[in-house]
Amino acid sequence: MESVSDSGPGATEQLDVDAYASLYTGRTRIVRLFFIADHTKSPSLELDALRMAFKEIKKGENTALFKEVVEKIGERLGPSFLLEQDWIDSVDRRAAQRLEKLEMELNGYKTNLIKESIRMGYNDLGEFHYARGDLQQAFKCYVRTRDYCTTSKHIIAMCLNVILVSIELGHFVHVSNYVSKAEQTPDVQDPAILAKLRCAAGLASLESKKYKLAARKFVETNFELGSSFSEVIAPQDVATYGGLCALASFDRSELKSKVIDNITFRNFLELMPEVRELIHDFYASRYASCLGCLQKLKPNLLLDIHLYDHVETLYEQIRHKALIQYTNPFISVDLNTMANAFTTTVAGLEKELAALIMENQIQARIDSHNKILYARHADQRNTTFQRVLQTGSEFQRDTRAMLLRANLTRQDFIVRATKKQTP
Amino acid sequence: MDSLEVLVAQVQALSGSTDDLLHLHGLLKQLDDSLQQQQQHHQAIQQCLLQLDPAKHSLGFLYFLDAFGSADISMDQSESFISTSATFINASSVDQVRMAPEKFTNVCKRMRDETIRVQRPIRAISPLHIAIRKLQPSSEYLTPLHADLLQICLLAKCYKAALSVLDDDIFEIDQKKTGLTPKDFLLFCYYGGMAYVGLKRFEKALELFQHAVTAPAFVLNAIVVESYKKYVLVSLIQNGQVPNLPKYTPSVTQRNVKSCAPDYVEFASVYSTRNIGDLKRSILAHEEVFQKDNNLGLAKQVVSSLYKRNIQRLTQTFLTLSLQDIAETVQLESPKDAELHILQMIQKGEIHAIINQKDGMVSFLEDPEQYKTRDIAQQLHGQIQKIIGLAKKIRFADEQVSCDLAYLSKIGRDRPNYDPEEFEVVPQKGFTNL
Repeated sequence: MESVSDSGPGATEQLDVDAYASLYTGRTRIVRLFFIADHTKSPSLELDALRMAFKEIKKGENTALFKEVVEKIGERLGPSFLLEQDWIDSVDRRAAQRLEKLEMELNGYKTNLIKESIRMGYNDLGEFHYARGDLQQAFKCYVRTRDYCTTSKHIIAMCLNVILVSIELGHFVHVSNYVSKAEQTPDVQDPAILAKLRCAAGLASLESKKYKLAARKFVETNFELGSSFSEVIAPQDVATYGGLCALASFDRSELKSKVIDNITFRNFLELMPEVRELIHDFYASRYASCLGCLQKLKPNLLLDIHLYDHVETLYEQIRHKALIQYTNPFISVDLNTMANAFTTTVAGLEKELAALIMENQIQARIDSHNKILYARHADQRNTTFQRVLQTGSEFQRDTRAMLLRANLTRQDFIVRATKKQTP
Repeated sequence: MDSLEVLVAQVQALSGSTDDLLHLHGLLKQLDDSLQQQQQHHQAIQQCLLQLDPAKHSLGFLYFLDAFGSADISMDQSESFISTSATFINASSVDQVRMAPEKFTNVCKRMRDETIRVQRPIRAISPLHIAIRKLQPSSEYLTPLHADLLQICLLAKCYKAALSVLDDDIFEIDQKKTGLTPKDFLLFCYYGGMAYVGLKRFEKALELFQHAVTAPAFVLNAIVVESYKKYVLVSLIQNGQVPNLPKYTPSVTQRNVKSCAPDYVEFASVYSTRNIGDLKRSILAHEEVFQKDNNLGLAKQVVSSLYKRNIQRLTQTFLTLSLQDIAETVQLESPKDAELHILQMIQKGEIHAIINQKDGMVSFLEDPEQYKTRDIAQQLHGQIQKIIGLAKKIRFADEQVSCDLAYLSKIGRDRPNYDPEEFEVVPQKGFTNL
């Protein structure tokens, strides 16, 4: 998605897989490529992604993934992309030896009870499992190092490892747990680490659909992040996720103070000019171009492993926000003009507005005959009178019920089984 | 025969002072069993009744009348029983009647049964009403006869007549003075709710049904379940949703009542989708149950209330809307239907709108009530007075409770060394732990 060129709407369709993949390292690169291959509708893109994934996997030692990619490719990419049993066997053999060696070492450390060595041993084992793709085992090993951490540096390292594995596993509850653990550790000064934690927290909030929280975390992310967290997230992603979540959940003043005037976040936005333009368009009330731009971005966002699930909700919320913001300053709005601004039909717009009014998000009423929206200013005096009368009668009702009940209880007037009831 | 005559003479002699009456009451209690055994001698008892004056010798008259009523009464005797009881209830002395509330209730209930048997329930309304007033120490007391009067009103379809007792707020429950049982209370709430439903005063009906559902209980009662069913339907009509039962609902009711009325719970959940089609299907699916519970009519009113509610929602959203669009959104069959519905709603003051037949448009208006008339001021004043009255009652109840021996001894037991300062500390502790 980071490579959208401006040469026309057709250009957005095709994702530059090379450029995209180069933003990430490690396992996430492979997983993201797989995700693209699974979700794209274009066969050429699918094959590109798979080819890259194949090459990438060959560099590592994850034979399970290798089998998977070969199966996905089938025989569509010619003879050089077939199952290489020799390679698998040799990698598996080497891995088995290494595992044996690591476990032996760890046992040795354990008998000697050297804390630091045990920690290192578990860490090595965790890394080994991670590289081999056994995430559950890796998670267990990393969590076990926790008992042997002696300095805050160790704790941070442990947390980051667990966060990484949990993100891969999709266990975002663990992610937010360990982020808060890491944040509570004293003297965490390194801005890059703080930035990583922010990103992880942002991702966790995003996954649990807490968009406002996610936006806050992403927006607070320090630009020191650079590509240091490329095994999880690229700085471009921070801009996209943060920007979209902010649009969907921040109000106008927050958008201005926390996003547009935010110098750190501006650095991220520079990496994603489309998102930057989007936010500025939205803030400057150029909704047509903003929504158009969003539509252009959509196909690529749908190929993003984290954003995929949330694109529709976020888009809907952004659209609602735009509609609400558009109507806000006016006493009356001509629906025809408004429909033009949102490039939609009057009938469709009317339905959308009606839904928003029913949800009490817009205080207005629609003159369907003349196609005009009138702002509705609630008469506070009248509503107060209404409320007073209603509250009064409710209070009387509740009090009467209470007094009656108190008397019932005092007289021991309780419905019992028939046997005990006095005739 | 002789004993009866002696008794009549004693009644005549001892109906003067309070002491005499107490003595007579003891006497009558002793002889009650033998009086009951005189069942075969209707003639004799009727003869005795003729010798007594219902106003002067109310207590004795009551015992004889009860003996009359406790026997089997033939069809032609029932006429004389009804009229004798009615005269007696009218004329009887309040003080004497209150000495034997159970007997009095018995006679009234017997008379109610007889009027139902001769299929003239309407005849019982007026005597029962008088009877209630005679039995009540004040209009805030509930008597066992309340439920009977309401039932009679329902049977005679004279809902308005029920208002005379329903409009009094009931607070006082006293077993000793009125001989009330919990069942009487539940029946009062149930029948009262139904009478209000008949008058379409759903808010009051809801209040009474809620009393029945939340009445203190150790076991689930059939009246409670039936009240809950009606409570669900009336809630939908009045508020468009069924609120959760209040916290103070007894746990046995809280836990089980819903499973006793599954059809109603499902019906309510369909209602919350606001989809007329689904609701109509649901009513068909549960028709048998509703029919069996005599709730089909209410259920149908629920459906029409959904139309109303959907139209009211439109008024919040639109200033003008074509009849065609209304018909579509509300799922009415034709614009004509929509027009009819809206017309009716305007007439009832449920919405404020103008129909423009030429363009087929409806303009919704704001509520013209400006809350600056004298009426509103008076209404407010009335409400405030009522609330002040209630506040007095609460204070009185509070004073009573704080002087209550049982309450004080319980408090003393729970907090043996009552120390005001210690008492202050408790909530603070809880607060810091947060």
